[in-house]
Amino acid sequence: MNFLEGLWFIVIALLFALFLAFDGLDFGVGMATRFIAENGRERSLFMRAIGPHWDGNEVWLITAGGAMFAAFPLWYASLFSGYYILLFLVLVGLILRGVSFEFSAHALTDRERSIWQWANFVGSLAAPFFLGMMLTSLIQGVPMDSDGNAWAGFFDVFNWLSVVGGIAVVFFCFVHGLHFLSLKLDRVMSRKMLNVTQKAYWIAYPALAAFVVLALIFTDFYAVRPVSSWLITVVILAATIAGHASALAHRGGWAFISSAVTLAGIIAFIFNGLFPRVMIATDAANDLLIKDAAASPYTMAIMTVVLCVLLPAVVAYFAWSYAIQRKRLPAVDAPDANLKYAE
Amino acid sequence: MGLSILGLSRFQFAMTTIYHFFFIPVSIGLALAVAIMETMYAVNKKLVYLKMAKFWGKIFLLSFAVGVVTGIIQEFQFGMNWSNYSRFMGDIFGAPLAIEALLAFFMESTFIGVWMFTWDRFKPGVHAIFIWLTWLGSTLSAIWILAANSFMQHPTGFEINKATGHVRLRSFMDVVANPQLWRAFPHVIFAAVMTGGMIILGMSAFAMLHKRTQQHDGDKVFFTKSIRFGAVVALVGAVFATGAGDLQTQFIIEDQPMKFAATEAIYNDTSDPAPWAVVSLINEEDKTANSIEIPYMLSLLSYHSTSGSVKGMNTVNKELHEQYDAKFGKDMNYYVPVTTLFWSFRFMALSAAIAGLASILALWFTRKGKDTLMNYRWLLWIMGACTFVPFIGTTGGWLITELGRYPWIVYGLLTIADGVSPTATVPSLLFTNIVYFLLFLLLGAVMIFYSRRVLYQGPDGEGELPAGKARAAERTSPVSAQSTGSVSGNAGGTERSVALS
Ligand code: HDD
Ligand code: HEM
Ligand code: HEM
Repeated sequence: MNFLEGLWFIVIALLFALFLAFDGLDFGVGMATRFIAENGRERSLFMRAIGPHWDGNEVWLITAGGAMFAAFPLWYASLFSGYYILLFLVLVGLILRGVSFEFSAHALTDRERSIWQWANFVGSLAAPFFLGMMLTSLIQGVPMDSDGNAWAGFFDVFNWLSVVGGIAVVFFCFVHGLHFLSLKLDRVMSRKMLNVTQKAYWIAYPALAAFVVLALIFTDFYAVRPVSSWLITVVILAATIAGHASALAHRGGWAFISSAVTLAGIIAFIFNGLFPRVMIATDAANDLLIKDAAASPYTMAIMTVVLCVLLPAVVAYFAWSYAIQRKRLPAVDAPDANLKYAE
Repeated sequence: MGLSILGLSRFQFAMTTIYHFFFIPVSIGLALAVAIMETMYAVNKKLVYLKMAKFWGKIFLLSFAVGVVTGIIQEFQFGMNWSNYSRFMGDIFGAPLAIEALLAFFMESTFIGVWMFTWDRFKPGVHAIFIWLTWLGSTLSAIWILAANSFMQHPTGFEINKATGHVRLRSFMDVVANPQLWRAFPHVIFAAVMTGGMIILGMSAFAMLHKRTQQHDGDKVFFTKSIRFGAVVALVGAVFATGAGDLQTQFIIEDQPMKFAATEAIYNDTSDPAPWAVVSLINEEDKTANSIEIPYMLSLLSYHSTSGSVKGMNTVNKELHEQYDAKFGKDMNYYVPVTTLFWSFRFMALSAAIAGLASILALWFTRKGKDTLMNYRWLLWIMGACTFVPFIGTTGGWLITELGRYPWIVYGLLTIADGVSPTATVPSLLFTNIVYFLLFLLLGAVMIFYSRRVLYQGPDGEGELPAGKARAAERTSPVSAQSTGSVSGNAGGTERSVALS
């Protein structure tokens, strides 16, 4: 493995982490439309809160996929074909979620609107769950042949670790989404969100513990890289505690950052344990390694230049789009005033 | 094909990309149209242009939404269904795809979000920049995905990695400078411009048939302006798409002679000068075609000259066997689906002609002083039907391009059969095909339903609201269209307070 290959492994991890930290908040808000919102107006308000951002957030996933294709084509091929059905379910979730924003804006009646609000909710729940399942079943290893074809059977994909992993990702997205809403809505709503996460966090500890136990049993991560794996585990725990404490102290901003770190930590844990592999085969001889999955050095060099030029620009206007729309949305009743003004 | 892994994978790819490409040209074309409208408002401050930008912006956003969600399928399915292809092509294909995401998709998605929600925050001139950037993003996305596609049609800048048998990038510049790309890109973009124009033209015609438009002078002005605008855009698109299409024709005669001969249903070398088949009865089994022909025409079309013959498929078949038998064996079938290509080409060209004609008629019947279009209901019906014509053109175009590449997935390098995922199974492919199909049906129906609703609500968004019901609904849920996510929303407050002049 050379320097660029190592670098791109980290870049892919970073892109997935950014995806989970950004689109994760959208998923969380989508879940909140059922779990927290009390009526149609609140649901609409929640969806409005992420209206300008969800598509940009989702592009982190598209970029991660594209970058994986560019830098590690053999990984992209094995992973995406191996987890065919899970990825398909992720796609269906993303489709339902994706159209719901625009379609619900055209609904005339409450009943019609609620169809798209349901689509948003179901999509926001399904996408992170199945993605979480994929990521966690990835770290246990799947049956693979020497050509890199992954023949994942039902129980390679659907097992204790992957289900707990899926639930963990869903849970942290949910908390993260509430933290985002606490920053985006008026003070009353904001308080309500943090009151919920204060309590919800108590579930996080047993869930994390269960995950670590299962990871100890079903993966070789703690054996192969004990120091870094435990270190990241501690970081995830610390971020969780920090998020919990911030929620208790009603510091929405810190809570939000903490839950973002937790989500990024999950990705870090997975990629750290994978290294220097990209796919783990049940028969270790067939493991797909970074160096074997990588594109040619020339392609890597081109991609590195492209990344160095484009990423800063993207980050700049991406941040700008959040900054200019950082104002808290008015309380649910404010648009009524708007309506009166119009009539 | 039947129910094989290969057949089902091909069906899935064809279905999802064709469906994705229903929305792409609408998004690209309407984004451009809306950007021009908003800029015109920023310059001359005529309210009707603002109304046009907001109204057609709603249709644009509907199309964009479906375009985005179907795009993600595309991004994933190379790995999911065509893993051996991805392994083979990865060194070349991945880079354009990643660049597309970084350069284009972020730009599109970020600025469309800003554009939708900041109507009341920026001056018109500044706000218009956001939709221009959205359009620029989608145009850049077209370049990069077409770069990948063009490599598959005409591989450049690569070498074969002896150890793995995969292609390896040798010159990035050569991949980007691919002559196929710089013919396909203008063709696709102008096809999109034509599509955007025709959507505006056709939908305006439907609106003019509606009672409300007949009764409201404001709406009459609005849709007359719109139909003229759409006509100009569609005309420009049709003319330049045809010009670019001619460049493509010149290129593929040399580059993929089998594809070209198939679009003309020529089995045996033609006489010199070559006649052009208007229609043809094709028998792919016996390799015969009975055509009604116009003399000289094909020489004119292919060589821009009154002489020159065109190679027939039988000759090309022999040449391909000579060229490739050593590598791919004698049993390869190099004949492409002739009937499909022949008719696809004619429908594609016809779509340009229809669009041009409809545009000219629309401009003529709405000319200054003699604005009589509204009196010809039959003509309006025909123009309304023209809304759907560009989709026939674009689908035909892709069928030519992609099926004409048969039997290769990457021309001359990899066959379709060798590209498919070995791990795929018939039941899972059947399942996903059915679910995609049903989803697409649903999304398409909803998209058309809401587009109609937008149209019949009219530029002031009040037209056909089933009065009592809708008002009540809005009151119980005020944060509805107003703010959930479309221009309709932000348009609401400001727009209703200012009446059309
Ligand atoms: C000529 C243009 C063109 C072509 C051939 C394709 N696309 Fe596309 N695509 C676009 C032009 C476009 C666009 C105009 O940029 C879209 C359509 C509507 C939209 O929202 O953006 C888009 C959306 C879109 C998205 C969603 C972007 C977002 O979330 O903002 C993805 C991931 C893809 N496409 C990927 C693909 C792939 C992998 C293709 C190859 C089969 C493909 N597209 C063909
Ligand atoms: C959006 C516009 C596009 C449309 C409508 C389209 C349409 C099609 C069609 C009709 C087929 C033939 C399927 C069959 O075998 O019956 C096909 C195949 C294919 N195309 Fe495209 N295509 C598009 C863009 C692209 C692009 C941009 C790429 C790659 C960069 C691409 C890559 C492929 C591949 C890999 C196949 C599968 C192999 C095959 O079946 O021939 N296509 N496409
Ligand atoms: C009479 C005018 C036209 C001519 C001569 C023409 C010619 C062509 C040719 C030769 C191809 C195949 C290129 C290849 O295989 O590489 C093509 C593809 C295509 N055409 Fe046309 N075309 C015309 C009009 C149109 C119109 C009006 C539309 C849109 C409504 C359109 C949309 C497309 C699309 C989307 C493709 C596939 C993408 C590509 O390869 O560029 N064409 N056209």
